[in-house]
Amino acid sequence: MSKEEEFKLMYGMLFSIKSFVSRLSPTDMKEGFLNYSTSKYKLHFFETPSGLKFIMNTDLSVGSMKDVLHQMFSSIYVEYVVKNPLCDLGQPITSELFKNKLDEFVRALPQFTVKPE
Amino acid sequence: MTIFSVYIINKAGSLIYHYDAPNTARPAIEKTFSYPLELVLKVFDEKVVVAFGERDGIKVGHAVLGINGMPAEGRFLKDKREILEVLGSEKNYPINIKFGRPPLSINERIMLASMLHSLFAIGSQLSPEPQSSGIRTMETDTFKLHCHQTMTGVKFVIITDPKQGHVDAILKKMYEVYADFALKNPFYSLDMPIRAELFDASLQSMLEQADKLGISNI
Repeated sequence: MSKEEEFKLMYGMLFSIKSFVSRLSPTDMKEGFLNYSTSKYKLHFFETPSGLKFIMNTDLSVGSMKDVLHQMFSSIYVEYVVKNPLCDLGQPITSELFKNKLDEFVRALPQFTVKPE
Repeated sequence: MTIFSVYIINKAGSLIYHYDAPNTARPAIEKTFSYPLELVLKVFDEKVVVAFGERDGIKVGHAVLGINGMPAEGRFLKDKREILEVLGSEKNYPINIKFGRPPLSINERIMLASMLHSLFAIGSQLSPEPQSSGIRTMETDTFKLHCHQTMTGVKFVIITDPKQGHVDAILKKMYEVYADFALKNPFYSLDMPIRAELFDASLQSMLEQADKLGISNI
């Protein structure tokens, strides 16, 4: 499936999951949907109050990545995209600096290991 | 350590069984109000719902469950008076209103079951690795949903507390109860809603045992 289609499918799926979870929840929720897992991967989700959504796909061995995603927002997105006058918020991010810093950050995570080929 | 509810979905995506554990009544807030009402209410989906003005634990999305002890039925009270009219006229105040999360109607459950059926399939399509199954667990801050799909396409869905363990054993046991009391029942047709007393009784006692004794005893 092409990247475009995958993004649209993912957005539609997360929108439906959020609505599904809010209706099904037995009590009032504070944060809502956190993650789901299948037999091969785990999808972690974090939404900021401004509607920005962070999604990370990992394998099944990791625990909660909510704090990691939150840190990704505060220390990388805010620093290298929001504070960048050349980055248009809402448009696709093309900043090389952002990509490099994000890559460094993810590689430094304790949960990160290189996949054996 | 609680199980909130159980859903069984057939291979076409329609709900064939659901059960809510009896201890999971949604908490309701009852308060006395004086005119004018500071909450903004509106009719949404045939229920009177709080649209604005969260206070004292009454949140946006909570529905009017009762007035002065009389239960509400959709937009009207049990005695057929319209709720918004009653709340709009000053002579009825001070008035005691009960708010809470509206209970799910059977139509909503059927819709949620079909939604889960589709989400399950999309979960396997979005996989970065090939040959992924559908969604097995879904976690939120208030509940965790576990789904087990059998070889025939029937999905057993359990909604529990996020910290509940050993749910795989419970799901397997539920599959056994389904095989024994639904499939082996000569009056049950496949993929139809399950209406067998023995199935209900057996499933409920299995869930109670799982709650009380812990799974390793089953």
